[in-house]
Amino acid sequence: MSEEIVLSIFRGDAAGGQEVEYRVPLTPGMVVLDAVHQVQAHQAQDLAVRWNCKAAHCGSCGAEINGHPKLLCKTRLDDYVGETVHIRPMQTFPIIKDLVADVSWNFEVAKKVPAFQPSVPVPFKMQQFDVDRIQEFHHCIECFLCQDVCHVLRDHNAKDQYFGPRFMVKMAEFEMHPRDGGDRVPMLAHEAGLNMCNVTKCCTEVCPQHIRITDNAIIPLKERVADQYWDPLRALFRKKKAPAATGQSVQG
Amino acid sequence: MASEQVATLESHQYDVLVIGSGGAGLRAAVQAAVPGVKVGIIGKSLLGKAHTVMAEGGVAASLGNLDPWDGWETHFYDTMRSGHFINNYRIVELFAKEAAQRVLELEEWGAVFDRTPEGKIMQRPFGAHTFRRLAHIGDRTGMELLRTLQYKAISQDITVHQEVTITKLLLDSDGRIAGALAYYRSTGKFVLFRAKAIVLATGGWGKIYKVTSNSWESTGDGASLAFRAGAELMDMEMVQFHPTGMVWPPGVRGLLVTEGVRGEGGLLYNSEGERFMLKYDPERKELSSRDVVARSIFKEVQAGRGTPHGGAWLDITHKGPEFIKRKLPGMYEQYLTLADVDITKEKFEVAPTCHYTMGGVRVEAESCATNIPGLFAAGEVACGLHGANRLGGNSLADLLVFGRRAGDGALAYVQEHGSLPQVSESEVEQEMDRVLSPFSVTDGENPYLLHEQLQEIMSGHAGIVRDGPMLEEGLAKLMDLKVRAQNMGVTGSRVYNPGWHAVFEVQSMLTLAELIIRGALARKESRGAHWRTDYPDELPEVGQWNYVQDLDGDAVRIREVAVPVMPPELSQLFDRGVAPGVYASQQQAKEK
Repeated sequence: MSEEIVLSIFRGDAAGGQEVEYRVPLTPGMVVLDAVHQVQAHQAQDLAVRWNCKAAHCGSCGAEINGHPKLLCKTRLDDYVGETVHIRPMQTFPIIKDLVADVSWNFEVAKKVPAFQPSVPVPFKMQQFDVDRIQEFHHCIECFLCQDVCHVLRDHNAKDQYFGPRFMVKMAEFEMHPRDGGDRVPMLAHEAGLNMCNVTKCCTEVCPQHIRITDNAIIPLKERVADQYWDPLRALFRKKKAPAATGQSVQG
Repeated sequence: MASEQVATLESHQYDVLVIGSGGAGLRAAVQAAVPGVKVGIIGKSLLGKAHTVMAEGGVAASLGNLDPWDGWETHFYDTMRSGHFINNYRIVELFAKEAAQRVLELEEWGAVFDRTPEGKIMQRPFGAHTFRRLAHIGDRTGMELLRTLQYKAISQDITVHQEVTITKLLLDSDGRIAGALAYYRSTGKFVLFRAKAIVLATGGWGKIYKVTSNSWESTGDGASLAFRAGAELMDMEMVQFHPTGMVWPPGVRGLLVTEGVRGEGGLLYNSEGERFMLKYDPERKELSSRDVVARSIFKEVQAGRGTPHGGAWLDITHKGPEFIKRKLPGMYEQYLTLADVDITKEKFEVAPTCHYTMGGVRVEAESCATNIPGLFAAGEVACGLHGANRLGGNSLADLLVFGRRAGDGALAYVQEHGSLPQVSESEVEQEMDRVLSPFSVTDGENPYLLHEQLQEIMSGHAGIVRDGPMLEEGLAKLMDLKVRAQNMGVTGSRVYNPGWHAVFEVQSMLTLAELIIRGALARKESRGAHWRTDYPDELPEVGQWNYVQDLDGDAVRIREVAVPVMPPELSQLFDRGVAPGVYASQQQAKEK
């Protein structure tokens, strides 16, 4: 097969840079990461790209392909036959070099998420239907594409005001765990900046794991915040009635 | 003249330094991080990206949630038998006894396993496990394990250094571990780590082979660093080929197809529609041990009964779309997006892929101590649990059980030896010069291409099938490649330069590839994953040995060391011809 694909890859660092064109022979089923590796091995040894598993399990290779946040390992080149494939690093984070962004801010945020707090000793008794909705959140591979696309972070650079969609999913995962005894609602209402999200669902659209971030994580969390902070009657009622331990008190 | 001075180096001091941020490393760090003890973790990648995420099918532990007759004795029995009895029995015993508690601990830290109808942790059947034993979360168990440990670790007082390459382990003048020299991959700047104890948890070296399920990280850096520092490596010839990797398209060749597909009922067929496992292992069939299934597929392809791209058919369509999407969502998605195959509607091609390295750093069972004082090893980099063949699900349990034990071992060592050992400044300066030397080579060898050639040699000469002349020829080619590798060159700057990083990975892999071939030449028999057509049988007189290799000056020394002999209370478990749990259930049935 002699068909070629034209890649235009950003080369540069914090000081600046530009896209550079490379031509790579197309093989069946080739993904963008395969092509980047071809360039690396044969044309530009020092081309920086972050990747690990090449199977969409690790979430290392997030970048922007023709302007869309995607995983390089999961994006097939046969979708782009006849056009130039522009590849740039995620724009919401500072660049290190070429396709590698400095995502360290996310790891700083991660440290602020209060850990899971079991309300009863293990082994837990939980039904599958009790855990179905949180298992969705566990699919997250921390590729940070949702953080990259979130306009609060991307356009307004409000990283000091909002943890971003990834960490709403993480908070939801613990908060909705049937055996969690913690209460993250005050943090969601304040430091985590849940209110900054105005539900445009861009994060859901780019999630390579198909997590319904807005509908299943963010909106239910917003309801909890509203419940606790804006509905004093219900808050009072709940305090009297429910042992806070189950973490299951809010049903939307 | 050193190009950089030790005095100006960034330097960190730890009581316990963990090298490797996969499952074993994180579990070790969590264990060692008690108040007053300073713990650091170093990862070659970002946190949460380690190869552990690739584990799919489950974590093996005799919880007995579905099969109450399961217990540690049967897990011990299965692991020793599948390892063909060159495992260290004491390591296996500790493992089998502690795995269940480690799994429950994960649940306590937030992992959410699939549930049984009674609301307990669900367990699935897997190859050569007597009972349904693998606790799982769909087909992404490794990710759950890693993520849980990651968030547990960052909630503790542990410092994480991400994207750091270690280039050398440093010893003091008494031969005790004293630290490691490293550089940040993002900037290329050197950093010196001084430590009282080091836990190696750097994983395996599947990237030595061309067709592999391993991520780029699996280049054996830790085992190679330890070997060069004087550690003993054991049973290096034992490399696991997983029976089912993807075959087509070329870009995904080798990518893992979880054993869970067979665990959930998937069946293997050759091109003639024959369910060939009935022939090779009528009792366990598709759920035979990995060495047997991989060899069976290989033999079918050799006999001309392979699929269009040289594999076997795997078919699970009879279980129905709803079941498949629920139990194997990752596999469904993987085939659909990468191969245009809907596994709920059609059979798909699979072939063996290099998956796991059973050999590694020789460790003491209780504490994971190596022969270098202060150096501990856990997980895939260590050797002794799996023998000649690893059971599916045992690696995740391995990480938990021995990650914890290595953390404890390092902690005890630090408490006993209070002071921080000295590192030699001249040694550090020499090492910095060595690490920077590829930048001054003009027209040097391309590390990416040398890596490809290494993979060709190893796949062709020390792969799933071996014999003496083939191995000898491979060794000669490898030694030629080693000479060429002395002249690897790098272009560009030190800032995030993968070409430069690859130089050290190729060096690690070359070191270990030689040990694999030397081990394979020494073991003149076939056992588990090690299949020699010139010695096709398992030989009791060979099976009493582990093959241990270390450095004697610059030369590799290999010697036979006796496999530890089981005490009577353990060896009697194998006298009845059936697994202990099965025996117990039969006895009870008789009494009724």
